Amino acid sequence: MANKSVLGLFDNADTAADATDVLLEAGCAQEDFDVLTGSPYPEGAFGEKNPKHHIYVFPLVGALMGLSVALLLTAGTQLAYPMVTGGKPILAFPAMTIIGYEGTLLGAVIFTILGIIFESRLPRPKLDPYDPRITEGYIGLLVTCTEEKVDVMEQALRRGKAVDVIHEKGRAL
Amino acid sequence: MQERVRLSDAQINRDLLRSIFETPKWYWFLVAFLGLVVLAGFTAAGYMFNQGLGVTGLNRPVMWGFFITNFVFWIGISHAGVMLSAILRLVQAEWRRPATRAAEVLTVFSLMTAMMMPLIHAGRPWRVMYWVFPYDFARGVYPNVRSALVWDPAAVFTYLTSSILFVFIALVPDIAVLRDRTTGWRHVMYSVLSLGWRGSVRQWKLQLIAGILLSAIILPIFVSVHSIVSWDFGTAMSVEGWHSTVFAPYFVIGAVHSGVSAVVTVMIALRWVFKWENYIRMEHLDALAKLLIVVATGWFYFFILEFIFGLYSLEGPEVALREMQVFQMPWTALFITFLLCAYFIPVPMWLIPKVRRSIPLMIFTTILVNIGMWLERFIIIVPGLARKQVFTFTWGGYTPSAVEIVIVIATFALVSMLVLLFAKVFPLIPIGDAKEGMILYDEIKIGKVMVPAVMREE
Repeated sequence: MANKSVLGLFDNADTAADATDVLLEAGCAQEDFDVLTGSPYPEGAFGEKNPKHHIYVFPLVGALMGLSVALLLTAGTQLAYPMVTGGKPILAFPAMTIIGYEGTLLGAVIFTILGIIFESRLPRPKLDPYDPRITEGYIGLLVTCTEEKVDVMEQALRRGKAVDVIHEKGRAL
Repeated sequence: MQERVRLSDAQINRDLLRSIFETPKWYWFLVAFLGLVVLAGFTAAGYMFNQGLGVTGLNRPVMWGFFITNFVFWIGISHAGVMLSAILRLVQAEWRRPATRAAEVLTVFSLMTAMMMPLIHAGRPWRVMYWVFPYDFARGVYPNVRSALVWDPAAVFTYLTSSILFVFIALVPDIAVLRDRTTGWRHVMYSVLSLGWRGSVRQWKLQLIAGILLSAIILPIFVSVHSIVSWDFGTAMSVEGWHSTVFAPYFVIGAVHSGVSAVVTVMIALRWVFKWENYIRMEHLDALAKLLIVVATGWFYFFILEFIFGLYSLEGPEVALREMQVFQMPWTALFITFLLCAYFIPVPMWLIPKVRRSIPLMIFTTILVNIGMWLERFIIIVPGLARKQVFTFTWGGYTPSAVEIVIVIATFALVSMLVLLFAKVFPLIPIGDAKEGMILYDEIKIGKVMVPAVMREE
């Protein structure tokens, strides 16, 4: 059976944090709901688990790739046109170090950005269910469950004092 | 003491998006005026490309003048972004919040402007491609990587790319706020740029990591950029005054000095223009002025070292250059103005708390610093080249032409215009950061006083 999402909106962080307990009591597993906020809250404010990620691998891979490309480019172009200038060797260590250094850091930055986007699960083609009030200070509890459990979760959200409950593709009463 | 005002998320959105949704009458007049100045600059550059470098004041032996001075100056301003944004993020300084975006944006636009200067200076910008990019496969001729003139674009390109990506990734949550408040084509544009951001726990966590991680990676780039700019001079042969052992750190700290001053100028302008008194508060200016005292004094220490190293060896040409810089007109006038503007007027003033909390005096002193720092670069570059050296038989002084003056003025208009245009499309104070500051803010009672307290985010 296909999964559906329900979004409960809360007008303050304390109510939203309490509502997560109601969801757990209603049989919703911790990994089945997410908290949407308009600003970063301290870790664990809503009793959520620390999300796992591998972001620190990205800059390392990027740095290695950047260094390799920089050294290949530097060495390759100099060997392709081996003209001695200023009495310096064709493959001059100080010069290659500088380009290598910049290449390493450029690679690290580009891969970090890609990593942040990838690990943030972005780009995301559809927002639904979502409500612009989240960026106005409301807290959203986004519950993903099977279709048959949608009503149970909606009731749990309302018991948790949600000011509004929004279903995937359109708004419920 | 913090002077924070409690604001709701809705109020923060309204205040910080004011620059985007409300256009004061003067805005387009100012943009149009700056646009005209920029147009004059491009016209002057076009005229110069057509007529050749003969229309500038450049002549043997002074082949680097206003354009290269301006290049070093704008690279210096660009260092504000990393200094304020990265270092303050890494040390989790609470007062960084309103300053980071303006600093990063100033970095991007000043770097773009800086990159234009060597292209214009070359007289034939399209030929610069040959010594920067390894693309000439047909002839098999590639850039000489042993030249500092290749290291420099490599470093600046790395810094520019990193800064643009840094600004973009930090903007994504704020673009989502805009997406939620716009309709029509603007909604479509912000929807695409926000990448589908919803503000989940995972997304915020990675956003915070991005700030710290990118700061840590960009810091070494920042150090390398102005170091390599100093090597443009340090690796040149036979020019007195360019070979001091402290040249690289002297350049880096000078860049921070002028960059942080420029950020203060911009922040004061933003506070005034967009009525952001609740966000850019006196405590921020006070903290930045204290930081500037430390940076300026550090820079002054390197300046003294650079001068002493030049004189102490008693090498004739080097001593003669210093004599020229200090005792020959017009250099004497420029030298005294530079020292007064860059250190002896602003720093004693910043020591007075009332000055640090005065808008007119802070704007006056920070502009003064940048006048001084522009002159510093001019005094480093031109007298060294102008001084007579062995085996140089053609002599000419250096007087900037109208073409050079117009182009340099146009670069200031360009950066101002770009910052204004950016403020019309994106918020110049990070909204998420401002809201986070409110979440973490509290007051605790100690004895009979309420003391502001801010939790540290991890």
